[in-house]
Amino acid sequence: MAFFIAQILTGLANASALFMVAAGLSLIFGVTRIVNFAHGSFYMLGAYIGYSLMQILPGAVGFWGAILLAGVAVGLIGVIVEICVLRPVYRAPELFQLVATFGVILVIQDLTLMVWGPEDVLGPRAPGLRGVIRIMGEPVPKYDLALIAITPFVALALWYLIARTRMGVLVRAATQDREMVGALGVNQAWLFTGVFFLGTALAGLGGAIQLPKGGADLLMDFNILTAIFVVVVIGGMGSLPGAYLAAVLISVLNVFGVAYLPQSTLVLMFVVMVIVLMVRPYGLFGREEVAGEHGQIGEPERPIKPAGLTTRLVVLAGLAVLAFLPLFGSSFAQVLVTDILIFCLFAASLHFLLGMGGLVSFGHAAYFGGGAYAAALLVTYAGTPMELVLLLAPIAAGLAAVIIGWVCLRLTGVYFAMLTLAFAQLLWSLVFQWGEVTGGDDGMVDIWPSDWASDTTAFFYLTLLLSVGGILMLRHTAHSPFGYALRAARDSARQAEATGIDTKRIQWVAFAFAGAMAGLAGGLFVFSKGSVFPNELEIAKSFDALIVVFLGGVKTLAGGVVGGAALKGAEDYITRFEYWRLVLGITIILVVIMAPDGIVGSLRRAGERIGLIRDPEARS
Amino acid sequence: MTPVLDVRNLSRAFGAIQAVDNVSFTLAKGELLALIGPNGAGKSTCFNMLMGQLKPSSGAVFLNGAPLAGLGPRRIWRKGVGRTFQITATYPSMTVVENVQMALISYHNRTYSVLPYAHRLYRDQALNLLALVGMADQADRHSAVLAYGDLKRLELATALAGDPGVLLMDEPTAGMAPRERIALMQLTADIVSERGVSVLFTEHDMDVVFAHAHRIMVLNRGQLIADGSVETIRNDARVQEVYLGGGTVFADA
Amino acid sequence: MLDLSGVNAFYGKAQVLNDLSFSVAAGQVTALLGRNGAGKTTTMKSIMQLVVAAQGQVQFAGQNLVGKPPHRVAKLGLGYVPEERRIFTDLTVLENLEVGRQPPRDGAVTWTQDMLFELFPNLAERRSNRGREMSGGEQQMLTIARTLMGNPRFLLLDEPSEGIAPVIVEQMVRVIKQLKTEGLTVLLSEQNLHFAQAVADTVVIIEGGTEKYAGTLTDLAQHPEIRDAYLAV
Repeated sequence: MAFFIAQILTGLANASALFMVAAGLSLIFGVTRIVNFAHGSFYMLGAYIGYSLMQILPGAVGFWGAILLAGVAVGLIGVIVEICVLRPVYRAPELFQLVATFGVILVIQDLTLMVWGPEDVLGPRAPGLRGVIRIMGEPVPKYDLALIAITPFVALALWYLIARTRMGVLVRAATQDREMVGALGVNQAWLFTGVFFLGTALAGLGGAIQLPKGGADLLMDFNILTAIFVVVVIGGMGSLPGAYLAAVLISVLNVFGVAYLPQSTLVLMFVVMVIVLMVRPYGLFGREEVAGEHGQIGEPERPIKPAGLTTRLVVLAGLAVLAFLPLFGSSFAQVLVTDILIFCLFAASLHFLLGMGGLVSFGHAAYFGGGAYAAALLVTYAGTPMELVLLLAPIAAGLAAVIIGWVCLRLTGVYFAMLTLAFAQLLWSLVFQWGEVTGGDDGMVDIWPSDWASDTTAFFYLTLLLSVGGILMLRHTAHSPFGYALRAARDSARQAEATGIDTKRIQWVAFAFAGAMAGLAGGLFVFSKGSVFPNELEIAKSFDALIVVFLGGVKTLAGGVVGGAALKGAEDYITRFEYWRLVLGITIILVVIMAPDGIVGSLRRAGERIGLIRDPEARS
Repeated sequence: MTPVLDVRNLSRAFGAIQAVDNVSFTLAKGELLALIGPNGAGKSTCFNMLMGQLKPSSGAVFLNGAPLAGLGPRRIWRKGVGRTFQITATYPSMTVVENVQMALISYHNRTYSVLPYAHRLYRDQALNLLALVGMADQADRHSAVLAYGDLKRLELATALAGDPGVLLMDEPTAGMAPRERIALMQLTADIVSERGVSVLFTEHDMDVVFAHAHRIMVLNRGQLIADGSVETIRNDARVQEVYLGGGTVFADA
Repeated sequence: MLDLSGVNAFYGKAQVLNDLSFSVAAGQVTALLGRNGAGKTTTMKSIMQLVVAAQGQVQFAGQNLVGKPPHRVAKLGLGYVPEERRIFTDLTVLENLEVGRQPPRDGAVTWTQDMLFELFPNLAERRSNRGREMSGGEQQMLTIARTLMGNPRFLLLDEPSEGIAPVIVEQMVRVIKQLKTEGLTVLLSEQNLHFAQAVADTVVIIEGGTEKYAGTLTDLAQHPEIRDAYLAV
């Protein structure tokens, strides 16, 4: 009994920071409709800034003052981000906004590294609250009790602000109808900035207040991101009571998980989330969202045509050059190109889903990593030969996509995206925590190709064949009736349904197909490296693919492949710099704001301008 | 002769509001039937029930004597009911002819086929349909750049791809210039007479309605208050009251 | 006081307003008449700058409104009451009024909650109710009250009699007349000619997004052919 209570208290204490950060995210989404992926970064900043302030400010007043000041400082940084990065893209499709916030993540990561260095920082303990109090014999840290006491006040203050003040009234009104609030004379731009300040300040506060329990490190941005997404999705986007309830639920569950099922804490969180969403698709306190249209801003996409003779010849020539690479290129070059080819297939599979289907999946790494792990498991436990594995890996990934797609496609827009992310994380945590089978963090090693393909050059040819084959298959499918039906479902589900096309099923099949292709890439990846680690399933991997597709150009057929090749090639070069994330992040932000058509789209536009390519609609 | 479409005692309530209240009517072969009424009279609700997008609270719909109850939009379309939308629904990422080809691909049950090039399938048939609506010369244009009136014609061609016996048109001329309106309805009337298609349409432009409808029904607050020839409707006191502008409210004010 | 000249507006590719020009004199109630789809609502939205693709000149208080964000337009003293009402259904009556509240304005009545509750007695009884718990007529009153909280000099009423019970419509007539005596200029769009006759001084008739007639109600009575052409069935 005593142990039980102590556990609940720990859970409640842990819920404190989680609630503050999640409430901030929820608030921002409610008003601006932006899913702020950089929210974890503001949390991390709060921790670091709080830490530095605590070094300067003395005593208990200094400690608590530092926490408050950290919140304010992070809020101000949030305002800068809002004005510089988000204002230009409020009217852009969701994907653009998300990619912009990815950029912010990268920039903040490197700036933090620059200022505070790579070492983890140990949070100072709160003056006067060191040590423990015994409750029924069980030790409970005093600081935990302080957190448990403080959180309701923060929640109450927030509730007061939202429920009782003019600002709160305006925020709630704007959540429902932004345009009308503007027509009544309220400057929306400042309202948005204000909400962004509040939301990011809460994240900063959360980061600073958890210092004595967790300290600060450079991974905490991504580490909390999943948890707050789960909290916000379970609680219902935009609902404060929902966020509080979900934060407590998740934290308490976590503590008990650690106590009774230590191998399943992360998995548990996602299982709870999936169950909640199956019963209440829009979270405990959420409302149905009217899904935004994806990728359909500005100029509509152009019709696609199979490549003409010239293009085919160029591509053929390019492939020929690749085929002769082993004759003139070093073995390093072959390895690099193998990497690029595999990544291109992965990116092309996501591009198919996103560009043709308008389905923004945040968790595409699930199928890449899923294929990779399926391959590794087959080799390790069944001694399956490589040839068969390369057939089974895509099937396994495709099956995973069938199941996950079935659940996710019940929802649309942000909820669809969140759910795909959650499933990817579920898979990741399964692999991570099921150490006996998957090796957990140590990964799975010694997975090598069959003898005939073990030579670098031989494997290069195998990859060339399968990757190019896969990419061509994706491309051909785009031109087939199935690909057209997928685009029809995206362009106008109304018309498609009214002419007999089962849009949900088309999307489901496409989801599985893209998953299978990503699985093939994953299978190739394992044999090229000889090993696989859980990071192939991480959010960061899914983001990589999204960024690549975006940089290449969502609205162009070649976008995925070109973006993949460009990023993977550039990565080899820029990762030699110390602060390459900063460069990449700023590049991404600039592309979002200035060249939203991506590489292929911008090149095409430039080509049309100088008359190199003929615009099919420019009639003389 | 059995009517093509037979609607019996159709009702639909949203909460306490009776959006469509016990509506019955029939649509004969080759008939061009207009459904008019003030905003919020229940026209859209009625249409959505006919298309299977909304389930009726009670009542039944028969197509050539076979019940349509409980079928979704896709099944109803396969049974030969085409529709056009009030706000045009086309595939802006495709060319004009591909829009029609897509519907033909679906009609021939080849949506899941992955081998052929879609843009080569049923192209001739699609071009014929486009010729029917006078869009053949624009077949290979990007549909997103079409003028609004042309989009409406494209939508009509798409709706005809399923070789429908019944065509439901929701405000077919909304958002068009007056001259275009007449042209589009003339086109529709021609198709009705040539192909024997039956058309039920809603419309706010009375010029269009009076010029082309064979018969008019008037819906007000969910109920059919009049049903008859153009002449009858034009002279119906109650219709004038409802549609001329709120005589009820100020009759004695 | 309000002057539109050469206004064009589009929804996607559909042109809704076509070189529309008319003016509204200060202190008068003007009815914007026309059939469904004639462009009345778009006219209202174009004045408020709620339509992104609006071009031309909308002069109000010596400034061209075209291109200004809607909140600036509102700050100049234009109050907008939308057709779909668009009250904040999750907010209470008092909170809805709070959203509309703006500082007092020179040359305009400064409305208080009490004054509005006097004007709309039903609202007073329901002050703590949420928007979604109210009937259509009450919602319509709330929308007007909410806009009045901004102390406008000029009121845009989009189809105020649409879809509400006859008794409420009569109340609406009373309210509009009172607002006129308070010095407000009103532009209201209507399909209901009787309602317009009950409250308006002048009428503007539009069709296909273009002005077809402008004049006093008495003049219009002399031209039954215009009424028949653009308003009648």
